[in-house]
Amino acid sequence: MHLHQLPLGQPAFIDRVEWDSLSLGEGQRLREFGVDEGCSIEPLHRAGLLGRGALACRVGRMTIAMRRSHAQAIHVRMGAERNDNETLEADRVAAE
Amino acid sequence: MTASPLIALVGNPNAGKSALFNALTGARQKLGNYPGVTVERKSGRISLSDGRPVELVDLPGTYSLTPTSPDEQVTRDVIMGKQEGERLPDALIIVIDAANLENHLRFTLEVLSLGIPAVVALNMVDLAKRDGLELAPEILSKELGIPVLPTVAVRKRGLDALLKALTPVIGAGAIQLRPPAAPDDFAARRAKAHALAHKATLSETPSRRLTHAVDKIALHPVGGPLLLLALLFLMFQAVYAWSEAPIAMIEGWAEMLGDVATAMTSPGYFRSFLVDGIIAGVGSVIVFLPQILILFFFILLLEATGYMTRAAFLMDGLMARVGLSGRAFIPLLSSFACAIPGIMATRSISDPKDRLTTILIAPLMTCAARLPVYAVIIGAFIPARNVGWGVGLQGLVLFSLYIGGIIGAMLVALLLRRTVTKGKSSGFLMEMPKYQWPRWQDIALGLWQRAAIFLKRAGTIIFASTVVLWALLSFPKPPEGSDISPVEYSTAGRIAGGLNVIMEPIGFNRDISLALIPAMAAREVAVAALATTYSIEAGDDEEALEQSLGERLKGDWSLPTALAFLAWFVFAPQCISTIAVTKRETNGWRWPIFMTTYLFVLAYAAAGITYWTAVGFGL
Repeated sequence: MHLHQLPLGQPAFIDRVEWDSLSLGEGQRLREFGVDEGCSIEPLHRAGLLGRGALACRVGRMTIAMRRSHAQAIHVRMGAERNDNETLEADRVAAE
Repeated sequence: MTASPLIALVGNPNAGKSALFNALTGARQKLGNYPGVTVERKSGRISLSDGRPVELVDLPGTYSLTPTSPDEQVTRDVIMGKQEGERLPDALIIVIDAANLENHLRFTLEVLSLGIPAVVALNMVDLAKRDGLELAPEILSKELGIPVLPTVAVRKRGLDALLKALTPVIGAGAIQLRPPAAPDDFAARRAKAHALAHKATLSETPSRRLTHAVDKIALHPVGGPLLLLALLFLMFQAVYAWSEAPIAMIEGWAEMLGDVATAMTSPGYFRSFLVDGIIAGVGSVIVFLPQILILFFFILLLEATGYMTRAAFLMDGLMARVGLSGRAFIPLLSSFACAIPGIMATRSISDPKDRLTTILIAPLMTCAARLPVYAVIIGAFIPARNVGWGVGLQGLVLFSLYIGGIIGAMLVALLLRRTVTKGKSSGFLMEMPKYQWPRWQDIALGLWQRAAIFLKRAGTIIFASTVVLWALLSFPKPPEGSDISPVEYSTAGRIAGGLNVIMEPIGFNRDISLALIPAMAAREVAVAALATTYSIEAGDDEEALEQSLGERLKGDWSLPTALAFLAWFVFAPQCISTIAVTKRETNGWRWPIFMTTYLFVLAYAAAGITYWTAVGFGL
């Protein structure tokens, strides 16, 4: 499922990010915000009533705002609360 | 004195870098620009623990050393010793938000890889504690191999220890710059930052409870926009309601000064120059300082508390519809104070077409310099009635002028994005910082800097144009016994007469045409020009001299003319500084010429339509 389909307040793990569908700068900025495969993310607020507005998400200890088009590029898997070891593992895999 | 060591403050946005800079330097700050680019350079002098003077420079916040905007480019170039006009820093203070350790440590690792000596300010430790984080700076210091000092910049806590740690670092030896790490080291750095943050965090509970609670209201799909609208409305009402007393005070001073000057001089050119030219002209502009400061106060407050990014978040949907991003909202809101900082703030927009569109519509946001013009006309022609719920009619008219500018800007943006700045719609990605109680000293410092800029303008551009206008209005004198008024006979009167042929169809009279010429220097000069014109026209007529500018206008102008004049100023590009800054930001004459042309066409059309409609309704 995509990030924008996730109900507000529901944490999930990022399975896959379609980096190719994002511009180079956008991909870089998302990574700098801590959005990457294996991290946990939680949609917090959505602007506008029709679900078309920007989306505010918690990533790590940050809150970031993105557009629906970005959320559509982020595939998530529902999971339990943030598990630090798992995230760390994902980081190690990514590092290698 | 360029030989003193240079220390640069670096850090992610929202790390509290500027607060730390303010806390360290106090009011001893110097604002400038980097050559070739329009990025502001903020610097100040401080003393190390051993008394050595050093220069501290506040670099723009960035998330990494791979820049996506001109601001971030400067930060990267300075700490790599590549920035023109800036020497390589002798040391860095890396500012980290204690509550966002992992992310900020990743950037720290990237900066440290360059090899410049550094200390870390683990900032906002109090807020981190409030959010349930217990950190161990000593572990961090051991792991990073550099001093890590906990600070609370807004409370000035930890500053002495920071300077003490910095003292031995400076002048310890020549710096060997290392080549920057390859971008593909990103994941490795992140993993290391994660591990470091994990080690240095003793205990952790869910984050940002206060911020989440406030955001539940501030970002609510219905409540959020209503709150934003209410805040903006309050802001514009306050501009009128709070400024009454200080304005009356300044008017009193100007009047007193005029009386003193009249008493001390004999009738003639010098008295006319002093009283009609300088005191009437410059005084009529300085009177608006309170309103400008109130507006800036709100903008600084919204920025300092962290609400501004929420406003951008709420506005993104609307901005997207006209092809802009929520990011453009911040420069546009700043443009309500002045288009120049607004246009400069567009540098944080990475998409070039998005940025260009924002620059082109920024002058449509009603800047503070229009306030004097609006205030005089509204004060004279709109009755100070209450329309219910404590809302004044004058404030309401002012609010609608602002709305008029906004709607105009949105329509223009829509049109531009489909024509001259056509391209893929840009994204909207931004960090939403936690809410913070503003530090009043920082707000006061910001207000002082704005007031100084305004008064400097009043003392230079406005003073000079008032003097020139006075001369043009005073010479040549009509021959004795002539029944032509001195203003009509003067050089300025003749120029205005020519211009009036174009302006008459939209309801403008000769005095307005006359005021529009010097108003090209700065919009508020229009008021000064009208004041000078009427002051000279009144001559020695005691009764006319007693009248305020508003009363004179009310007697001379029809209501449709006044309304058309207001409509003109919603759109007219009357400020040479804005045109100049647009040229600088867009690297050429093409866009400023385009901007000036389209704004004049819009202003003419808007004033014309307003005039013809008002006349049609028999006003």
